[in-house]
Amino acid sequence: MKPKLSIRDLNMVFEAEGGPLTVIDGLNLDVATNEFVAIVGTSGCGKSTLLSIVGGLTEPTSGTLLLDDRPIIGPGRDRGFVFQNYSLFEWMTVERNIDFALEKSRMGRAERRELVSEYIQTVGLAGFEKALPKQLSGGMRQRVAIARALVYRPSVLLMDEPFGALDAQTRGMMQELLLKVWDEHKSTVLFVTHDVDEALFLADRVVVLSSRPGRIKNDLNVDIPRPRPYEVITESHFAELKRGVLHDIREETLKMMAIEGAS
Amino acid sequence: MRLRAPISRRLYVGASIAFPLVLLIAWWWVTTAGYVRPLFLPSPQSVVAEGWRQIEEGILWRDASVSIYRIVAGWSAATVLALPIGILMGNYRLVEGALEPLVSTIRYMPVVALIPLSILWAGIGDAQKILILFIGTFFQQVLMIMNNTKAVDMTLIRAGQTLGFSNGEILRRIVLPASMPGIWDTFRITIGWTWTYLVVAELVAAQDGLGRRIMDAQRYFATDTIIFGTIFIGLLGFATDYLFKVGGRKMFGWAETTR
Repeated sequence: MKPKLSIRDLNMVFEAEGGPLTVIDGLNLDVATNEFVAIVGTSGCGKSTLLSIVGGLTEPTSGTLLLDDRPIIGPGRDRGFVFQNYSLFEWMTVERNIDFALEKSRMGRAERRELVSEYIQTVGLAGFEKALPKQLSGGMRQRVAIARALVYRPSVLLMDEPFGALDAQTRGMMQELLLKVWDEHKSTVLFVTHDVDEALFLADRVVVLSSRPGRIKNDLNVDIPRPRPYEVITESHFAELKRGVLHDIREETLKMMAIEGAS
Repeated sequence: MRLRAPISRRLYVGASIAFPLVLLIAWWWVTTAGYVRPLFLPSPQSVVAEGWRQIEEGILWRDASVSIYRIVAGWSAATVLALPIGILMGNYRLVEGALEPLVSTIRYMPVVALIPLSILWAGIGDAQKILILFIGTFFQQVLMIMNNTKAVDMTLIRAGQTLGFSNGEILRRIVLPASMPGIWDTFRITIGWTWTYLVVAELVAAQDGLGRRIMDAQRYFATDTIIFGTIFIGLLGFATDYLFKVGGRKMFGWAETTR
């Protein structure tokens, strides 16, 4: 089967002060349609850069990226992006924030209104349509951001540590919400996180990146059946998978500390 | 008192009235008791009397209206240009590179020294006064607006890009509204600076205006006129500031007490 997203020989080199810095080095990755892939790795391993490249927000140094067999040459409405720090338009109500994402679609006013209210329901924000972002908690803000990224129905959803700034309880609730939404509106998801529990709980596949330069260190199939109740993270098979990923990440972290200690 | 601890509105307003009142009483006392000669410091009563004379003779109204006209014209001209240029400087590195060092240099040039040139370019009418106020305002303002727009979080711009908006649309519909509370503050601060340039603007070939009145009074040692004029400009500046503050609070409630 043809992959939804195909990344070949991806390189990313930044011009840093101490000379060129290779962040991603010859990375290859295929993602199938409607697959949920989590990308984990130590900080500075290039996982956010990878997401930004797929989103078309950063131009890679070299390599090919194909989405539905077409090269990625910039941002596009076939991909939705959720950022870590909410990125809401503070001067717009919840409703307007989500509707803003539909402005570039060819939908009529009525259709737009219907779709916005549908997605407000989906993320559980009914009753907050007219609220301003400043009146919302962190978790609620991120729900708005998710609704905004989904409402125009992109076939790929890119999420850059979307729950990283939330407290542990809220994060758990948001993970369940995301799975519920993903179940209703299937799409291909690339989810960057440094939380191993989160990656294993959400994803079909967990990709571990090595640190500097970023390559694929491990590509793990998460063979835990869905739907996954939240207690799944306490099961022995989950713990077994987690042990493997933690081991990989720890190895990379030590390597990273050695590099940083040497420089 | 604890650092930054809030106080009641009444106490705040009370303090803002009481302290100037204490100064006023001290002023009244040193002048009335004869500690200083009226030539050096006239009494508050004579300053008030001078103000009353100007109101009765219609001078004050005439002066104020021409000066306010010049302020509004000079500041508006600066703002109309500084807003788009500042936004471009804040978001296109090339524009910033081309203009920032130049503007930073010009803004340190003494405006008074440009009076002769301004007369050559704009004559001796209102245009010359407005030009001086423009020069005094624009170069500061454009840099401040540049910084206001730079303060907008990059992820807002990236969000706009992922939603399919063009650069121009992102600047107009995301960067501009997001930085508007900061820009409004810049407006408030810079119109204050425009007021401080009024006397400089009316230094040459002006028949009337609040600044002109003060400069004329210097020739006759009319210190009561000087002090009244100075305080009056200060009060008009204060009123402008207040209007901007209230307007800002009305318009940009969404930005208050966030984060």
